[in-house]
Amino acid sequence: MSQFLGWIAALPAWLQIVLVIAAFGAVIALLLFFIEIAPRTGRRYTIIRLSVCVLVPLVAMLLLGSVFWAALIAAVLGGLFFLLDYRSRQGAGYLFQLVGFLAPAVILLAIGLIYPTIGTTIQAFQDNRSRNFVGFDNFIWIFTQPYGIRVVINTIVWVLVVPTLSTIFGLAYAAFIDKSRGEKIFKALVFMPMAISFVGASIIWKFVYDAKPADQDQIGLLNQIVVWFGGQPVYWLQNSPWNSFFLIVVLIWIQTGFAMVILSAAIKGVPAEQLEAAELDGTNAWQRFMNVTVPGIRSSLIVVLTTISIASLKVFDIVRTMTAGTNETSVIANEMYTQWKGFETGRSAAFAVVLFLLVMPIIVYNARQIKKQREIR
Amino acid sequence: MSAVTPIDLPIDRSTEKQLARGEARIEHTAAKRTKRRLTSRTATIAALIIAILWTTPTFGLLISSLRPAKEVATTGWWTIFSNWGFTFDNYVQVLSAGNTQLTMGEAFLNSIAITLPATVIPLVIASLAAYAFAWIDFKGKDWVFIGVFALQIVPLQMALVPLLSLFSRGINIGGVVLFSGLNQGTSYSQVWIAHTIFALPLAIFLLHNFVSEIPRELIEAARVDGAGHGQIFFRIILPLTMPAIAAFGIFQFLWVWNDLLVALVFADGTVAPITKLLAEVTGKYGQEWHLLTAGAFIAIVIPLIVFFSLQRYFVRGLLAGSTKG
Repeated sequence: MSQFLGWIAALPAWLQIVLVIAAFGAVIALLLFFIEIAPRTGRRYTIIRLSVCVLVPLVAMLLLGSVFWAALIAAVLGGLFFLLDYRSRQGAGYLFQLVGFLAPAVILLAIGLIYPTIGTTIQAFQDNRSRNFVGFDNFIWIFTQPYGIRVVINTIVWVLVVPTLSTIFGLAYAAFIDKSRGEKIFKALVFMPMAISFVGASIIWKFVYDAKPADQDQIGLLNQIVVWFGGQPVYWLQNSPWNSFFLIVVLIWIQTGFAMVILSAAIKGVPAEQLEAAELDGTNAWQRFMNVTVPGIRSSLIVVLTTISIASLKVFDIVRTMTAGTNETSVIANEMYTQWKGFETGRSAAFAVVLFLLVMPIIVYNARQIKKQREIR
Repeated sequence: MSAVTPIDLPIDRSTEKQLARGEARIEHTAAKRTKRRLTSRTATIAALIIAILWTTPTFGLLISSLRPAKEVATTGWWTIFSNWGFTFDNYVQVLSAGNTQLTMGEAFLNSIAITLPATVIPLVIASLAAYAFAWIDFKGKDWVFIGVFALQIVPLQMALVPLLSLFSRGINIGGVVLFSGLNQGTSYSQVWIAHTIFALPLAIFLLHNFVSEIPRELIEAARVDGAGHGQIFFRIILPLTMPAIAAFGIFQFLWVWNDLLVALVFADGTVAPITKLLAEVTGKYGQEWHLLTAGAFIAIVIPLIVFFSLQRYFVRGLLAGSTKG
């Protein structure tokens, strides 16, 4: 496979796209074909199943570049799987189909997410060469250095400020433009930043924050406004702690659109009768909004807040592009990368683990929600 | 990582209904064109202010990218009327600028070459898995599904470094080579595989919601007619979930196109996408705003086209996790 990918890499880019998608399509078509004929009875189909069970692991292992006898073992395991499938209680071919559907995803997730996650966790307790175990040293380093504490505090500030302000702006805007003329255009304008990459957004805002010495014309909009009001130009991204807030503005700018779209749908979903009843009771628009609409969309608000919280926890691109974490603006995700680039794999992994622990409660809560929902169905 | 994520959390039934109702009303009012003034004058002004605040930064970038280099460096873009003049020179210049290994134009092609396969492949694999989770019964199904969901929230940062060493060194158990590693640096394969893997949990979770809503009778009928799981998947599930797959496809496309983190780790040297090159030259060009603005606009123009032309599906996709179908 290495050779195949190496050979493909030498071709022009557009040809690579076509070839890779075509090769992938062929593999999937073959897979679906074998899944389709798997449950059929008769000697012919049994033989086909057996050969697939043995040959697929063998060929796959050889393609991955494994040594021959390891591939043989894989083939034998494939044969055992055939026997297991043959005697399956749901009929021969049942396991074959199940594995056919699930194996691609499960194998990729196992090698690409589960194994690396465990690897990172182990590395977090090792030194910078991943050789000796050092206990909690990396974590102690994070939480005792002023720098490390700063990084953690910055992340917490991001997580507190971004979801709150984006949701408030999004909710207000959704309420203002609700049922108005030109609602679609209004929506598109605020929603547009969602399509822009964090890198693009960072450059857009860096340009807004740009500062020139006082004796020159300003080219950054924000400083021009300051100058118009008679102030001195400010280097927004250099002075801690306010520089973090100027980075946070960028994420709020992006996430407000998300909050607005979801909450707009939720507001329209509030039954009109409830609002009419409140109107008959003589309430004004503000009272109706606070006492009928907001409680009515409570769960949508929670979903929006949670989703944006997760995004703010993992924020990386904005900090990387705008300041690269200098001037005390670093956050955990950025520090994880910086430490790794500085060959401090232990500390880098420890930052990743801290990030993981911070999202853990969200995972557990939502996993329980799913469990509940699936029991109802 | 990109800003765009559909709702990816489990939502209870009543909220789901509320959002679906609201969504239906959005489409309904769009069709009926009810014209009404904003609720009040203050609301109108507030909405206008927010709209202007939100658009101005992007607008400023676009104007600046079209102004002559000298003007960009010395005057603000809001003085465009007193310092009139437009040019495409910045774009011509930035397409051949870059670092020692790569120009912005090549990086743009790289972005396309990375994004297309990294959108198609995970979607197909995820829809296969979503079908199994929805329509094949097996022991421990719920737990595996919850596991897949949990993986979706796990920060990418946890997986990056070990996955990279897996790609470069392969797998050896006790000196026995099981996987010899990939060719490094010169090919897109690392980024493709990494993006495919990282997209799977969310894609499986969302597509499962759609696939499981397909009426049971339809599938039973096909089974009675002699179709196996392969045919059911290909001839019933795929066509019926196409809207959902397309909606998620848009997100995956934007996600990969806009990504920086995965590119920084997995796409080195000559295969780097435009986001990575841009982030790199932001430091290097510092004050050469005529190049930076033009470069940034090249990077965001494709997502903006996708966004404006497919806006409806985009919004629908955003609500995908909550309202099904």
